[in-house]
Amino acid sequence: MGGGCWGQSSPWACGCEGPYGCEVAEAGACGCWGLGARCVMRTPPHEALHPHSSTSSGPRSRAAAMNCRAEVLEVSVEGRQVEEAMLAVLHTVLLHRSTGKFHYKKEGTYSIGTVGTQDVDCDFIDFAYVRVSSEELDRALRKAVGEFKPPPCRPQDALRSSGSDGMGQISLEFYQKKKSRWPFSDECIPWELWTIKVNVVNLANEQERQICREKVGEKLCEKIINIVEVMNRHEYLPKMPTQSEVDNVFDTSLKDVQPYLYKISYQITDTLGTSVTTTMRRLIKDTLAL
Amino acid sequence: MDTDLSSQDRKDLDKFIKFFALKTVQVIVQARLGEKICTRSSSSPTGSDWFNLAIKDIPEVTHEAKKALAGQLPAVGRSMCVEISLKTSEGDSMELEIWCLEMNEKCDKEIKVSYTVYNRLSLLLKSLLAITRVTPAYRLSRKQGHEYVILYRIYFGEVQLSGLGEGFQTVRVGTVGTPVGTITLSCAYRINLAFMSTRAGEDNGAVYPSVEDSQEVCTTSFSTSPPSQCVFTVTKAHFQTPPPVVTDTLKVPVMGLAFSHQLSSSRLSYQPAALGVGSADMGYPVLFAGGLNAAHPHQLIGPGKEGGVPPVPSQPAHGTQADQERMCTPLDGVHYSAATPSSSEDTETVSNSSEGKCGSPHDLLETIFIRKVGAFVNKPINQVTMANLDIPFAMFAPKNVELEDNDPMVNPPDSPETESPLQGSLHSEGSSGSSAGNTHDDFVMIDFKPAFSKDDILPMDLGTFYREFQNPPQLSSLSIDIGAQSMAEDLDSLPEKLAVHEKNVKEFDAFVETLQ
Repeated sequence: MGGGCWGQSSPWACGCEGPYGCEVAEAGACGCWGLGARCVMRTPPHEALHPHSSTSSGPRSRAAAMNCRAEVLEVSVEGRQVEEAMLAVLHTVLLHRSTGKFHYKKEGTYSIGTVGTQDVDCDFIDFAYVRVSSEELDRALRKAVGEFKPPPCRPQDALRSSGSDGMGQISLEFYQKKKSRWPFSDECIPWELWTIKVNVVNLANEQERQICREKVGEKLCEKIINIVEVMNRHEYLPKMPTQSEVDNVFDTSLKDVQPYLYKISYQITDTLGTSVTTTMRRLIKDTLAL
Repeated sequence: MDTDLSSQDRKDLDKFIKFFALKTVQVIVQARLGEKICTRSSSSPTGSDWFNLAIKDIPEVTHEAKKALAGQLPAVGRSMCVEISLKTSEGDSMELEIWCLEMNEKCDKEIKVSYTVYNRLSLLLKSLLAITRVTPAYRLSRKQGHEYVILYRIYFGEVQLSGLGEGFQTVRVGTVGTPVGTITLSCAYRINLAFMSTRAGEDNGAVYPSVEDSQEVCTTSFSTSPPSQCVFTVTKAHFQTPPPVVTDTLKVPVMGLAFSHQLSSSRLSYQPAALGVGSADMGYPVLFAGGLNAAHPHQLIGPGKEGGVPPVPSQPAHGTQADQERMCTPLDGVHYSAATPSSSEDTETVSNSSEGKCGSPHDLLETIFIRKVGAFVNKPINQVTMANLDIPFAMFAPKNVELEDNDPMVNPPDSPETESPLQGSLHSEGSSGSSAGNTHDDFVMIDFKPAFSKDDILPMDLGTFYREFQNPPQLSSLSIDIGAQSMAEDLDSLPEKLAVHEKNVKEFDAFVETLQ
C-alpha cells in the first residue's frame, strides 16, 4: 500500500507502478499520467487519462467501423500555405475520383464525357499540381478550404504565447446514398475517407519561410505519391449506376465533370488536447511569461 | 491463355494498350515541355478522347512513339521507355528520368476488358498526370531555355537505367491487371544532379560531336517544345519560385547555369523551311541553336510580336557569350534574337548578329523606362536604360505590356522594384543556407536589413531619421551674408582686372575673328 492508492492496491491492469508505488488495475486510472515506468498507457500522456481516445475514435477506426477505406495524410505548413496545400491534396484526390458526365442512352448504355486537366502553380509553396478543369469544382473546394482556413490561425494565435502551434484536420469523404423508406431520410454510406491533418507552424523570419516553401513542396510531392499509390490499389469502387441510381453515386450537379458524391468537413483540434499534464504545463508557462 | 479471351475482347485489349502507350508518351512529353498544360472538360463525349481524358496529341510525338513501337505492343521483356534528359548549351547532357511501361506475366482472367480495364487505364493516366509534376525533372523542365533544354527519347525493348547515376529513385505510378498480363507504369529518376564530366574523353575544343553522332542524336532525341507550342512558351514569364533556390535544392552545380530563363527551346528539327536547313542535315548544332535561339518562336509568332523577347537573365551565364559567338559562325543563316545575353557587351554581340525583324530586340534593349528609386533617396527619378537594370525586370518594359496580359505569372511593374533586394538577399541566403557545397559566384551575400532598421552602428528608427533630416541646414553658397561679402571683394578687384584685359585686347580681337 503506498500513498495515494487509497488502499486499493490490488494489481492493476496496466502494470503501472506509478509515483505511488502501487500497481494500476484499471487502464488510465493509475494517476501516474502515463509516466509510470511500466504503464502501458505510457505514451502519449493524455491517452492515459482518456483510454477510449486512443485508436478507437481516430479516423481510421471510425472508418473501419463503417467498413470504409480510410487514409490519413499529415502536413506541417505555415499559415499562408494552408489553403494551397489543402487544395493540392483535395484536387489530386478528386482528379482520380471524377469522371466525365454520363449520358444515358437507350438499353441502359451510357457514354462518358471528357475530363480536362490543368496545371496549377502554388504561390507560397514550391509546388505544382494537376486539377480537373472545372471551375465549379474548383470553386466548391476553395469555398470549403476557405472556411477551414481561419480556424487554425485562431488556435495558433491563442497558442502563440505558449509557443505551440495550431492543428486541424479536413476530411474528404466519398459516400453513397441509400434510399430509405419514408419517413426515414436517405442514408449516406461512406466508402472512402481521406483525412488531412494540418499542423500550422509559426516561422520567425523570411529565411525560415523560404526553407519552408521548399520543404513543404517536397512533402506535398510525397503526399501526391501516397495518394496515387492508394488510388492504384483498385480497391472498392461503387458499381456504375443505372440512370435512376446515378444521383446516389455521383454528384451530377456540375455541368462539366462528375465526381463521386463527396462531402468535406473539418475540425480543429488542439494538439495539446485536454490533458491535465499539458494544461498544467501551459498554466505554469503562462504564469512565468507574465 | 488466349482461348479464354474472346477475339473481340482481345482486339479491344490490344487497341486499349496501344492507345494507352501513345497517350502515356504524350502526357510525359507534354509535362516536360516547360509550360502549364490546360485542356477543357467537355460534357458531351466527342468520341475521340481516349480514356475520357482530354489529352492533346502532338503529332510529332505520336509519330516518334509509333516509330519506336513499330507495330508492337509492350509485352514481357519488351517495355516501352521514355527517356527524359537534360542537355546544356555547353554540350553536357544528363539523363533525368526513365518512364517505363512494362508488362508482366501475372494475368487477371476475371477482369472485364471493355469496362474495368478501360476505366483502370483511365485512372492510371490520371495518376501519371499527377506524378509527372512531382518528380524533380518537372521543375527543371519549367525553367529550361537558353542554358539547357530538355530532350526526350522513346525506345522499345529492355529498360536501360544505367544512365541515371547512382542512387536513383523509383516511383510506381500504378498497375492494371489484364487477361494477358499486368501493365505497370513506373518512373526511375535521378537524384544526384551534379554533372559528371561528360567532356572527359571527348574533344574539348569541338563544340559539336562528329557528324555520325549528331545524326544519331538528332533522329532520336528531340527537344520538348514542338513548334506548335512555342507561342505559349515565349509569352511565359518566370516560374514563380526564385530559381536559384530551386537550383540549390536540386544541387545543380554552377556551370554558369542561371535558372532565371523561361523559354523552352524550339523544335528546329521540324522547321526546316524556317531555318533553311534540311532536317536530314541537322545535327547537334541545331539543337544548340534551338537551345540558345529564341528567334524560332519569334518566327512562329510573326513580326508583330516583337515584344516577346524573354527576359535577359539576372545572372549572366559565364559561358553564354562565348558560346553565342561560337554559335554564330556555323549558323549564319539562323536568325538570332537578343534572347540570351544579359550584360551590355553581350547585348552588342547579339544585336550584331540579329537581323531583320530581330532588329526589334535591339530597340527593346534600348527602351528607356522610368524607374522609381527608393524613398528617402535624394535623387530625382532617374531614367535608366534596360542594359543597366536588373535584367529580369527588364521584361516589364512598355513594349512587353501586350504579353503581360497573357501571362498570369507576370508581376505588376511596381512589385519587382520592392521585391528585388528581398529576392536578392533571399537568393543568397537561401543558396548559402540550404546547400552546403554550392557556390554561386553571381550571388552576393546581402544582409537582409530593411531600410532604416535598427542596427548597432546607427541606432535610429524611422521617425528619428525623418525628424533629423527633415530640416537640413542652408547651403552656404546660398546664404546672403556670404554673397554680399564676395560682391564687395569683386567690386574692389574690378579695376585691376580691367587693366589686365585692356593689355590683352589684341589677343581677344584675334580670338573673336577666329569665331566669325
